[in-house]
Amino acid sequence: MVCESWKTKLDTYLDGQLPEQEMRTFNAHVRSCHSCSADALTRVQMKRTIQDAGRRFTPSAEFRRRVQNSIAPKRQRSLLRGWVFAATAAVVLVVGTLTLTYVRTRSGRDQVYSEIADLHVATLASSSPVDVISTDRHTVKPWFQGKIPFAFNLPELQNSEFSLLGGRMTYLDQTPGAHLIYDVRKHHISVFVFQEQALSLKLPGGMDENSLSPKQMPFNMETWSQGGLRYFVIGDASAADIDNLTKLFKAAS
Amino acid sequence: MRIGSELADGSFEQLAMPHFERLFNFACWLTHDRQEAEDLVQETYAKALKGFSSFQPGTNFRAWIYKILRNAFLTSRTGLKAAATVPIDLEGNEEILPAMKETPESILLRRSDGQLVQRALEQLPVAYREILLLCEIEEMSYQEISATLAIPMGSVMSRLSRARKTLRDGLRPQFQKA
Repeated sequence: MVCESWKTKLDTYLDGQLPEQEMRTFNAHVRSCHSCSADALTRVQMKRTIQDAGRRFTPSAEFRRRVQNSIAPKRQRSLLRGWVFAATAAVVLVVGTLTLTYVRTRSGRDQVYSEIADLHVATLASSSPVDVISTDRHTVKPWFQGKIPFAFNLPELQNSEFSLLGGRMTYLDQTPGAHLIYDVRKHHISVFVFQEQALSLKLPGGMDENSLSPKQMPFNMETWSQGGLRYFVIGDASAADIDNLTKLFKAAS
Repeated sequence: MRIGSELADGSFEQLAMPHFERLFNFACWLTHDRQEAEDLVQETYAKALKGFSSFQPGTNFRAWIYKILRNAFLTSRTGLKAAATVPIDLEGNEEILPAMKETPESILLRRSDGQLVQRALEQLPVAYREILLLCEIEEMSYQEISATLAIPMGSVMSRLSRARKTLRDGLRPQFQKA
């Protein structure tokens, strides 16, 4: 009977994850108990077999080179050109100091915009952009239960020009969220919902309201925070359409 | 996209490349497809480099990059499909199942060539397959697994226990044939 309590911890013991004192006690027990030592032997054998079976796939040298090249740092410039960079750096430092606040705000905003735009485009380019296909918000919303760690409301679309196409799970900055796709006059609009606190991206204060689209980007986007959630609405529809869908979401939340 | 400083770039490469072969092996086990695994690993390195400024030195880089790979997998078509086949008792109570008794199949296991185990591993639900791989192949501590899978330590232990039991159950018919 005593062994039964040991046996529930046998895997943890063999994984080396018991506290130190308990490991020592277990060691002593296994040495003196035939039943536990036989079980331990079988489990060690199983672990080794899994290890042998599991180390199975090897990447090609070409693939390794490709990945390494994609992340390799830029190489050192020649010493001859070093002084030029030093002088330039001094000038840049002065200019940079003057514009630091502006650049920070803009780069943070652009990074978020870029991530959201990538998610929007990549999804629409997919052959099946949504994983739950339904125009019914009462079908789409429950689909997210258990897939994302929060709940949100979807707006009623009757008497509006928008129609819901479906939804899918997505990630932004390693944070799970909901991605909904709407249609308005053959334009697709993505709505992303994430937990505000979970996003580690720095969202500049200037992002909170109104259109965020950098001029060189072909999308309109709005974002806001409401009830602890961060919403993004993005698409190639007109700014007025983006704004109207935003208002519907704000009213529903 | 590149990180601003060359030093940061250099340390990313130094930290990330030692995990390359194992990440690829892990990706192959998740996707069951070499090409898809290559895409997944490539995406993982691109995302990790892009987000490297958010990585805190001194914390566990391995758990961090495996988590990125796993999240990328879960949002892929294959990952979503795999996640849809979650075992019912995945997040059940925290009971740790008792050790298996010495049985004819466990004796036979000692003599098996590993192919049976490979097949049984392939057939495990992804949640069980990944936790077994992280524990047995990557030899991660429970704490690292907890960080990688974003689940509590208690769930790591109970899920591992169930994964092992499911693997044994999957092996049993093979042993009976043998």
